[in-house]
Amino acid sequence: MNATMLLIFDALLLASIIGLAWAALASADARRSVILFIAFGLLLAVAWGRLLAPDVALAEAAIGAGLTGALLLAALQWQPRKTADTTNSEQPTHTLLETGFRWLVTLLCAALAGMLAWSLTQIDAGTAKDALANAVAANIDASGVSNPVTAVLLNFRAYDTLLELAVLLTAVLGIFALGPAQAGYRIAGPVFTSLTRWLTPLLILTAGYLLWVGAHAPGGAFQAGATLAAAGVVLRLAGRDQIGLPRGNALRIALGAGVGMFLLVGLALFALGRPFLGYPPAWAGALILLIETAAMLAIAATLVSAFIGGQPTEEKTRC
Amino acid sequence: MLTTQWLYALSGCLLLALGLRSALLHPALLQRILAINVMGSGVFMLLIAIAYRGPGMPPDPIPHALVLTGIVVAVSATALALALARRLTREQPHD
Repeated sequence: MNATMLLIFDALLLASIIGLAWAALASADARRSVILFIAFGLLLAVAWGRLLAPDVALAEAAIGAGLTGALLLAALQWQPRKTADTTNSEQPTHTLLETGFRWLVTLLCAALAGMLAWSLTQIDAGTAKDALANAVAANIDASGVSNPVTAVLLNFRAYDTLLELAVLLTAVLGIFALGPAQAGYRIAGPVFTSLTRWLTPLLILTAGYLLWVGAHAPGGAFQAGATLAAAGVVLRLAGRDQIGLPRGNALRIALGAGVGMFLLVGLALFALGRPFLGYPPAWAGALILLIETAAMLAIAATLVSAFIGGQPTEEKTRC
Repeated sequence: MLTTQWLYALSGCLLLALGLRSALLHPALLQRILAINVMGSGVFMLLIAIAYRGPGMPPDPIPHALVLTGIVVAVSATALALALARRLTREQPHD
């Protein structure tokens, strides 16, 4: 009985997710696509929760739906206007060759999905499916944290996370190189301004909580960084261009803090005769918290800079 | 694999194909960026479905860590893609 109910829930959820993805991608109207895509991201977070992945669900809700949504909505500002008119006439006209080509691409994509599904049937044949999960469970006590996802990210596979932070840094440098920031918004009215007075400290507090709790429960630097960035987005939307982001060299330090702290810890351990990022078990918890704090600041600074769409300009008159 | 795993994994495959098709065929740049995000979500769903071990069983944390990393990389790639698209729109002559 219970299992049947869950199955119905799964089917409805997945049908909604696929339907939303389809609708978002089929639309020619950018605004419509973006809003459907945000709904798609929120339902994905529900799906991750259903599959017992609360860490991923938190990240999806904060980053996948929240910040990506904010980025996309900000991108609507510069969308070419003409796309809005072509909502009804889906595609103008295609020649026979083009239609044939579109069908070929569709068929190849369907074939790819089919092959992928077939390869899934081969997974059970593989024997070592739980080997890595068991290795994590066996070594979790030496990792310094008790949340297995944090242990994998910051200890067992810390090298991957270091490189991930380097990817973030590269992306934000690319954004800075592409031109000046988007124009800010006008100062919000009294209702929204007083809302931000409540919301901003609450978001900062939540970020700190998520950072701390990540050691033993769902949470961690990524979710905390995204929540902190949300505070910046809220301030920006309220017309405050300062948004708590430092300027000049301080901003550079904040953006590089994640990679920098990771490297500093790694090299210090190296100098002490341990492997690169091989924490001594007694110190692991403290070192992970240190790296995560720096990573949170770097992620938040990166995401807010990405939302602004360029290097923040020096403040002139507003406060 | 469990029925639940199959349902989610197959949906992941479908999302991947759906996203790939639009990324190749959609005329608008913004929707192409969205399509690549849908592709990524399909891959994430596949990984999370593989990590699932049934109700009450602890799931495999390694795919979860991979997906967490993937979500953050996806948002930074999306931000870069949007910045590139904005620059491209600015460079194009208005008609």
